[in-house]
Amino acid sequence: MKFKGSAFTFGDDIDTDAIIPARYLNTWEPSELAKHCMEDADPTFISRISPGDIIVAGKNFGCGSSREHAPIAIKASGISCVIASSFARIFYRNSFNMGLTIFELDEALKKIDEGDTLEVDASSGKIRNITRGEVYSSRPIPDFMQELVKDGGLLEHIKKRGSI
Amino acid sequence: MGRTIAEKILAAHTEMEDFKEGDIIKVDIDLALANDITAPIAIQAFRSKGFDKVQDPSRVVFVLDHFTPNKDIESAQQCKLVREFAREYGIEGLFEGGEAGIEHALLPEIGLVVPGDLVIGADSHTCTYGALGAFSTGVGSTDFAAALVTAQAWLRVPESMKFIFKGELQEWVGGKDLILYLIGDIGVDGALYKVLEIEGPAISSLDMSNRLTMTNMAIEAGAKTGIIAPDDVSEFYVTQRSSRSYKLFRSDPDAHYVSIREYDCSNIEPQVAFPHLPENTRGISEVGDILLDQVFIGSCTNGRIEDLRLAAHIMKGQKVSKGLRCIIIPATPGVYMEAMREGLLEIFIEAGAVIGPPTCGPCLGGHMGILADGEKALSTTNRNFVGRMGHPGSEVYLANPAVAAASAITGRISSPEEVVS
Ligand code: SF4
Repeated sequence: MKFKGSAFTFGDDIDTDAIIPARYLNTWEPSELAKHCMEDADPTFISRISPGDIIVAGKNFGCGSSREHAPIAIKASGISCVIASSFARIFYRNSFNMGLTIFELDEALKKIDEGDTLEVDASSGKIRNITRGEVYSSRPIPDFMQELVKDGGLLEHIKKRGSI
Repeated sequence: MGRTIAEKILAAHTEMEDFKEGDIIKVDIDLALANDITAPIAIQAFRSKGFDKVQDPSRVVFVLDHFTPNKDIESAQQCKLVREFAREYGIEGLFEGGEAGIEHALLPEIGLVVPGDLVIGADSHTCTYGALGAFSTGVGSTDFAAALVTAQAWLRVPESMKFIFKGELQEWVGGKDLILYLIGDIGVDGALYKVLEIEGPAISSLDMSNRLTMTNMAIEAGAKTGIIAPDDVSEFYVTQRSSRSYKLFRSDPDAHYVSIREYDCSNIEPQVAFPHLPENTRGISEVGDILLDQVFIGSCTNGRIEDLRLAAHIMKGQKVSKGLRCIIIPATPGVYMEAMREGLLEIFIEAGAVIGPPTCGPCLGGHMGILADGEKALSTTNRNFVGRMGHPGSEVYLANPAVAAASAITGRISSPEEVVS
């Protein structure tokens, strides 16, 4: 699978309250959550993005709560994938479990600027920065996680194989 | 090579024998937990994927604590969905209404977690139970749904970091200050994917309440969990509350740690974390003049009876500063009852504080104490992210209950010494 879109950049330690504030957690409707995606980090974000666009961030993206509402809101907003220097661990596992594609790229914010056009090959993890004419390799994804992605998330994986 | 306590607990719950750090393993779980925010997504997923059997209902716990007593229609719907699911699948561990308390204060208090357990919870502060010598970690709703179906979870075997606390604790310093100090030292991603193993003579002398406060905030350093090896204090605590058999694990002397740090507690004064990250810590003497609009004492971090006793000790016979709201929420029904018996609630009400029923409430900006634009709050909770307790333009400072109580009296962030002679 290939993703292509413009980069929207954020800094380090973007927490789950910034991705989807707790005041909206009285619902789990993806379309409702999407309306408030990244609201406390950038209130204009949701009105500026187009389907396929890509979030790029620094270290520890998704820190804080375990709310799966965070990857759900991002996915439902039309963002195709997230690239960050590192992810907080619960956000990382939630993303694979529910099918949001994410990539770890060292020094992501040095390699990608706001507005750069990116093309990402999900299977190889290659990130092409079309604006700069450069190609980067994201960190390899463990076999088990690749299996999850292939099966369509953790629950589909269990259905298919009878266990985790 | 020897194994850490975390690795030993994992080994006792997996069929894989020769795992090493970084491997992904499948583990059997003793308990899976979810709340009124995270359970609905899991239940929705469980149903929509066509599953129709809960592997072991006795290992499932739902605590409806975040937006309860239901703050609006949507929250009521979420709780209803969980209640109906629990009924349908014979899950008896449903805590709501007068039985509900904040999950991470409630589960240890009523003996649902014992040393050696492996617990996953669809709530990031599930790491709290590490203070009992259990391996417990926060996961997402899909993991919880998977646990419903299989009573298992997948985990990446984490590396461990060791933290040794030595020396005498200064006055007004507790577990909250030690963990804030640690987070201030290593940063909010200082322990990403790793286990914080906490030990040392200063930890041995802490009661369970203070230890639970410390492991509660392991996630604030990015850790998978915080863990304190069980000793007499924890064994006594558990045997008072649970009849389940338990296992005491300890790290081998030659176990591998990615780092070992030592702190001298005699250098640690009460800590305050400044907005908007728990790592922005300063000693109380370096805080300066910060006027407050609200003080909140409660949460899974500092809402236990020991915390309320400390606050009452400071607030007794005093008045909350005019123009400041002081909100106090006992974390569980048991804490509430005990605070009433001991006359703590009377002290708080006489001082002019508001007492709420056990709930997460203001901790996550849910209800019962939301901040307006530009307001500043001092809170005994664990997170001070932008918008955490209300308007994105508000600010949250984190501290221990003694500092919070003193600050409620003076109206600005204050050392307890200013109020108690
Ligand atoms: S009290 Fe706060 S941190 Fe603890 S479980 Fe509730 S919302 Fe989470």
